[in-house]
Amino acid sequence: MEKQQSKVFWRYFKKNRLAVGGLILGILIFLIAIFAGLLSPYDPGKTDVSLKLKPPSARNLLGTDQLGRDVFSRMLHGSRISLTVGFIAVGISIFIGIFVGATAGYYSSWMDSLLMRFVDTMLCFPSFFLILTVVAIMGPSLINIMVVIGITSWMGTARFVRAEFLSLRERDFVQAARSLGVKDLRIIFRHILPNALAPVFVTATLSVASAILVEAGLSFLGFGVQPPAPSWGNILTEGRTYIFDAWWLTIFPGLAILITVLSFNLVGEGLRDALDPRLRGRR
Amino acid sequence: MLITLVGISIISWVVITQAPGSPIALTMDPKASPKVIEQMMKNYDLDKPIYQQYFLWLKKLFTGRLYSFKDGRPVLEKIEERIWNTLLLNLVATIITFSLAIPLGIFSARRQYSFLDHLGTFGAYLGISAPTFWLAYLLILGTVELFGYPVLGMRSFVTEDFTTTELVLDRIWHLMLPSIILAIHSIAGISRYTRSSMLEVIRQDYVRTARAKGIPEEEVYYKHALRNALLPIITIFGFLIPDLIGGAIIMETIFAWPGIGRLSYQAVLARDYPVVMTILTISAVLTLIGNFIADLLYGIADPRIRYR
Repeated sequence: MEKQQSKVFWRYFKKNRLAVGGLILGILIFLIAIFAGLLSPYDPGKTDVSLKLKPPSARNLLGTDQLGRDVFSRMLHGSRISLTVGFIAVGISIFIGIFVGATAGYYSSWMDSLLMRFVDTMLCFPSFFLILTVVAIMGPSLINIMVVIGITSWMGTARFVRAEFLSLRERDFVQAARSLGVKDLRIIFRHILPNALAPVFVTATLSVASAILVEAGLSFLGFGVQPPAPSWGNILTEGRTYIFDAWWLTIFPGLAILITVLSFNLVGEGLRDALDPRLRGRR
Repeated sequence: MLITLVGISIISWVVITQAPGSPIALTMDPKASPKVIEQMMKNYDLDKPIYQQYFLWLKKLFTGRLYSFKDGRPVLEKIEERIWNTLLLNLVATIITFSLAIPLGIFSARRQYSFLDHLGTFGAYLGISAPTFWLAYLLILGTVELFGYPVLGMRSFVTEDFTTTELVLDRIWHLMLPSIILAIHSIAGISRYTRSSMLEVIRQDYVRTARAKGIPEEEVYYKHALRNALLPIITIFGFLIPDLIGGAIIMETIFAWPGIGRLSYQAVLARDYPVVMTILTISAVLTLIGNFIADLLYGIADPRIRYR
């Protein structure tokens, strides 16, 4: 049963050329992040003030920054930070989201209302500002950033999971399991959850995209990854002062962020289209 | 809704005062004499039990007695000075957004699968994925290189000699860039939303009927289909507010626009917690109200939902 489902899903996904392009791009970036060390021509931290602020050339593909560091190498290493933050932060948010959503969806009544009130409350906060504030208080370290983004973005997943649980709960296979005496916890994880996961994949992918943007924004404002560690956001910030003279410090990091986020968005939307049964009839 | 309100205030307060590495202890100079420390603790109510601290904070918030750490002025006063600037910016951005996004969405929907549609869709994806501060700098680079005109702040430096018309033009000029960039992200999102909403509506029977009746295509789209397609967009309205405040932080900082986005960023930098807490709470409350109004509007617009 499950094998057939994934075949059908792939057929629809493949038809969406943008999504496939996004997937290929995403895998490429992932590989770049892993092999950043091998691919970098120079050490990203190596300063050489005699070479400062040189435009892109054969020696330095993307130019050098104000301390003479090779921008290309820094960008390659920056991908590691962006992807790490993206994946781990989203991992945390999915974990919380599934937990809250499943509990709310399975055990209805007061537990559901309470949890949903909580979700509504959290949704009211301007997320970026909240994240900025908490990271500022707790100190900008990689872990803090990932955790804070994680605990402020679980709400979407929770809602979707809850919706799926609400509908799946009444289905025959669940009733059957119940009457056989299967314990609640087992029903949730072994029976309902696997079927409820579809929208989670969509939200997860799109969340990675937004997490990367948030990390870039934080780094830009000075509360993200701290220099000298290279993050696309802080290369941009450091390049701010030289914007009119060294355009390469501004254009490239932004471009990198754009392309990475774009790939995740494309894949996410592609997933959503492929998994949404309502849209099937049209193609 | 009341519970949510209370929840908001509690979370705000807990986050700021109880988070590890927090504040109030840090703002006190450890080298100060015990008497000074005691005085400061009294001022900030730190000598009272936790739950009392929360209520005292609430009381101060509502009576406007909450003072900024940075310069001792009442927080509400500081906010009041700048909130209109931010609202202005947001208003312009919102107008730009909706006047462009909806037509774009409809345009895309009418020509589904055409080259223009794909172009538009791709453009929308770019808009959603581009980091706003990057776009801001690109635009700044572009306009300064092209026009050589200053772009920061709300008005140019030498304005005493300007005539009224020039003042107004100057003000508008400074408004344009940040609003446009704020708008891009929203336009991208909303145009896609409009497009899919329109696509769904067009498949409906009543649209077929309208066409069969011989109603001109324009009217079918703009009068009949649009009304129903716009419904889901109303719900997004409620969520626009927190996004705008968050997005404004970066924009206002880059363009040196004196609004509450910039105020909050400076407050965070200066660890000015009363200001930060207040802005956080106020934005959350505004969002709540926004959602509430959106729900009301939706109920008015769609009679099917009215009787819950």
